[in-house]
Amino acid sequence: METIIEVKNISKKYNINHQKGGYVALRDVLTNIFKNPFNFLKSKTKEIIGLDRKEEFWALKDLNFEIKKGEMVGIIGRNGAGKSTLLKILSQITPPTTGEIKIKGRVGSLLEVGTGFHPELSGRENIFLNGAILGMKKKEIEEKFDDIVEFAGIEKFIDTPVKYYSSGMYVRLAFSVAAHMEPDILIVDEVLAVGDAEFQKKCLGKMEDITKNKERTILFVSHNMGAVKQLCNKTILVQDGKIIDFGETEKIIEKYLSISKENSSEKWENKGDEFNNDYFKPEKFYISKDTDENMWINIEATIKKIDDSLTIGYALYSEDNILLYWSYQTDTKKADWPKLKIGVNLIKSKLPTDILNSGIFYIKMIGGLHKTMWIFSPNKPSPTITLNLEKNFTQSAYWTQKRIGILAPAINWEN
Amino acid sequence: MSTPTTIIRPKKLFSLSDLKELWEYRELLYFFTWRDLKVRYKQTFIGALWAIFQPFITMVVFTVFFGGLLKIPSDGVPYPIFVYTGLLFWQFFSGALADTSNVLITNQSIITKVYFPRLILPLSSVATKFVDFFIASIILIGMMFYYGYVPNLIGLLVIPVLLLITFMASVGLGLFFASINVKYRDVRYILPFFIQILMFVTPVIYPAGIAGKYSWILALNPMMGVIQSARAALLGTTVLNWLLVVISLVATAVLLLFGIYIFKKTEKYFADLI
Repeated sequence: METIIEVKNISKKYNINHQKGGYVALRDVLTNIFKNPFNFLKSKTKEIIGLDRKEEFWALKDLNFEIKKGEMVGIIGRNGAGKSTLLKILSQITPPTTGEIKIKGRVGSLLEVGTGFHPELSGRENIFLNGAILGMKKKEIEEKFDDIVEFAGIEKFIDTPVKYYSSGMYVRLAFSVAAHMEPDILIVDEVLAVGDAEFQKKCLGKMEDITKNKERTILFVSHNMGAVKQLCNKTILVQDGKIIDFGETEKIIEKYLSISKENSSEKWENKGDEFNNDYFKPEKFYISKDTDENMWINIEATIKKIDDSLTIGYALYSEDNILLYWSYQTDTKKADWPKLKIGVNLIKSKLPTDILNSGIFYIKMIGGLHKTMWIFSPNKPSPTITLNLEKNFTQSAYWTQKRIGILAPAINWEN
Repeated sequence: MSTPTTIIRPKKLFSLSDLKELWEYRELLYFFTWRDLKVRYKQTFIGALWAIFQPFITMVVFTVFFGGLLKIPSDGVPYPIFVYTGLLFWQFFSGALADTSNVLITNQSIITKVYFPRLILPLSSVATKFVDFFIASIILIGMMFYYGYVPNLIGLLVIPVLLLITFMASVGLGLFFASINVKYRDVRYILPFFIQILMFVTPVIYPAGIAGKYSWILALNPMMGVIQSARAALLGTTVLNWLLVVISLVATAVLLLFGIYIFKKTEKYFADLI
């Protein structure tokens, strides 16, 4: 069969500017130049002659693969493995640093449902706007208009501004527009994570129809192994910016699950100079257990400079990457904060296992100087550990297996 | 139907296929413009009248204070029509400049999710202002009837050229600001101030001749040529200075190329930076 996507040696590099988090202000750059003209000159010359030690991060490294026409390929991997970067490169949102990709045919990318929806505009108007943004021609949208409205099931509200829509209606309309795109290659990222279960099924069905009837190629990134199994005949497993395996979906998912069990590393260790900074250089990040229910998050770090505004903690994510909460060591009153000293420090915090459900969780270090800079930004890679929590729940005879829901607290009832 | 082949590789600066691509995406340009007009007219109570209302009220205020109280000369034509001609072009320029400069930030949710030639966005914000310009020029036509001015034929022919100059100046400068705006987020706060200052060094409320022998400094500003020529063409204030028009045309064309160059150079980082 004809090769429709050919990926050769694709790599993507990001420069991590760990001195400053977030946005750069021109004001700061200018004042820096005036305050410290020599420093500025020095760093500029270093940059020019290539001595500058910018921290580099390879989100993708030397990817090679081919996809044939009509294939439905799943892409799976842990958070931060590089799946989204790969999709962004394939959909031309960001260019690769090296390498080349050849794509034959029209590409439609669906990294989000309802891209460009405007709340003030009516459903009808948004169908046209969103369709055009997704690359459909006006004539094409006009032809499919009735189908789109019918699939979304919003005939009555088609002339109402979408700001009055319920979130379910909004998602249904947005997906319906996307589902009626007719590109040769469709790139889909996790969009099915929204909407109710019934609509998700309808969407999966629609996507299956699309490929079966018209020989369309689909690339589908998801954390939902069920959906990947149902849709895709082949799957790519990505880890640490590399392709670990590419083959039959069943086999790959099995491999992924066994790797993530093995790798559910409850421990992170600094390999040397990672996240080097004076305020808080992480050395170890791990979970320790007193009993099965009593778990502690431990952070070991070297401090060279004490700063009062240092806030360090972790963010807890569920398996499908939903942020559950953030916690900092400074969340309570000041007298209760752990005391930090120059040198190696260990701080720890008890994990509220009593409210969590069984499942896989990602624990990501976050922190910085309060309102000044990030050391570990939530949007960038930082030390992360995985926790596979298996709870024994309560002493109740009626609660013996895992319930649905992200949380599973045992709460007292009274009368 | 032949299937188009896309090749993705580390970005080059500029190639002819970019122009072809822009043409392929012309419908998106139309939809973005349509969205901006529609949303604005839905959000304001008076809708499309806003495009007339704003320059009209500005003209009335300027006429009362600058023409009436300060007695600023107006090259021998009534002050209201004198200042309105200036305002019409100025508001096209300043509005397009301000919108173009912020266009990447206001559309960031789209930029990070879908691919399309990014130049579509600044072009659509200028197109929006262009529509406003046409609506607002109804007032000018009315005023020309009221005061009895008949433009000569050459005068009417030069107007499209002046619009082209305004377009190139606002897009050129706007693309430059849009590019640095993505990287340095405080630029957007400086811009309105900068644009306001720019108005006072442009002969909007006063005639260009007022600066006497220093008027060549004003000539560095391409909008000076545009406004002066528009008055000459429509109101016959002075003889139309063709040299000035040509100089402005060349200068803004260079400005536009410079803007496109900077924009293209930084384009590849947009999605990573925003």
